[in-house]
Amino acid sequence: MKYLKQFGIIIVISLMGELLNELLPFSVPGSIYGLLLMLLALVTGVVKVSQVKETSSFLLDIMPILFIPSTVGLMDYFGVLSEILVPVLLVCIVGTALVMGITGVVTERIILARSSNSMGFVNNDNNSEEQDFLEERGGGNE
Amino acid sequence: MNSFITTLSSTLFFGVAISLVCYGIGAYIGKKIKFPLANPLLIAAILLIVILKVLDIKYATYMVGAQYISYLLTPATVCLAVPLYEKLQLLRDNLVAVVVGILTGIIISAVTVWGTCVIFTLDEGIFATMLPKSITTAIGMAVSEETGGVVNITVAMIAITGITGNVIADIVLKLFRVKEPVAKGIAIGTSAHVMGTSKAIELGEIEGAMSGLAVAVAGLITVLIAPVLVGMY
Repeated sequence: MKYLKQFGIIIVISLMGELLNELLPFSVPGSIYGLLLMLLALVTGVVKVSQVKETSSFLLDIMPILFIPSTVGLMDYFGVLSEILVPVLLVCIVGTALVMGITGVVTERIILARSSNSMGFVNNDNNSEEQDFLEERGGGNE
Repeated sequence: MNSFITTLSSTLFFGVAISLVCYGIGAYIGKKIKFPLANPLLIAAILLIVILKVLDIKYATYMVGAQYISYLLTPATVCLAVPLYEKLQLLRDNLVAVVVGILTGIIISAVTVWGTCVIFTLDEGIFATMLPKSITTAIGMAVSEETGGVVNITVAMIAITGITGNVIADIVLKLFRVKEPVAKGIAIGTSAHVMGTSKAIELGEIEGAMSGLAVAVAGLITVLIAPVLVGMY
């Protein structure tokens, strides 16, 4: 019964997401509306984490498998893609690497800058891990 | 033999069964060979394409059963809210970094697409087709359609981007020396949408939660700015 209930909650929220996608004029997919609805339900306490935990862990666990069909779908586009192969690969491989790398560096820099600012005032156990991490980045002068 | 394959491939469970077997083989090889390119999803997809081509089975025939795998994608995406909720305090603590990080990623993505299109003198239609390649398929399709792109090619590019991000995440994050879990998650989600997120989940709870958040935020922002960018090209 537990899994049935959990899956039921997830499916109902998916359904509500799809409905919003149909009813609202924005180009936002039902799955993203659903994600936001689930977050809202958890924050407001309408749904408790324990009511969806196991089933959601399972679905997140098998997520890579869910992308197999769409990836295999590339086989029907080999012809079209080969005409603009070089720019496509450039954008998809080099572009993705740059976006990932630069996004990561920028995000990390801001996190570190802010945590080192607050460290002057509080220096408790929570921060010691970050401090080790900072020293490590600063060239490891231990 | 041929009629046997036709019968086999037309059953409802063929698509699901062969996908799971190929992923199982991919996961086994991935475990044996500790190399990022030995990615289970990549191995499974290549293996499946080869098998389908060799046995002369059409993608549409495979999809008769395999569509039920894709069916679970919406509920799975909805579930990304659960780890995000559990890390909500962490998100509040790092809100500025997260927002600036995602915006940076969107800008870099647009700049690389723009640069490539200028270098190869590609027209506005191709620019619009390529622009949404880093966001999740359902949003990317809508953006491509609205801005005059070719939806089918956009879908293909989103898949290539996603699998690339899934495969190269370890190497790229090491190369750029990104160690902080929040930053890792944001980087993966912004660059390689939900397919990347499935990799981020493997890296850790924080990475997975932040990656899922980045997919939603980057997708929604791209919806807003894509028409402007295509108009400017």
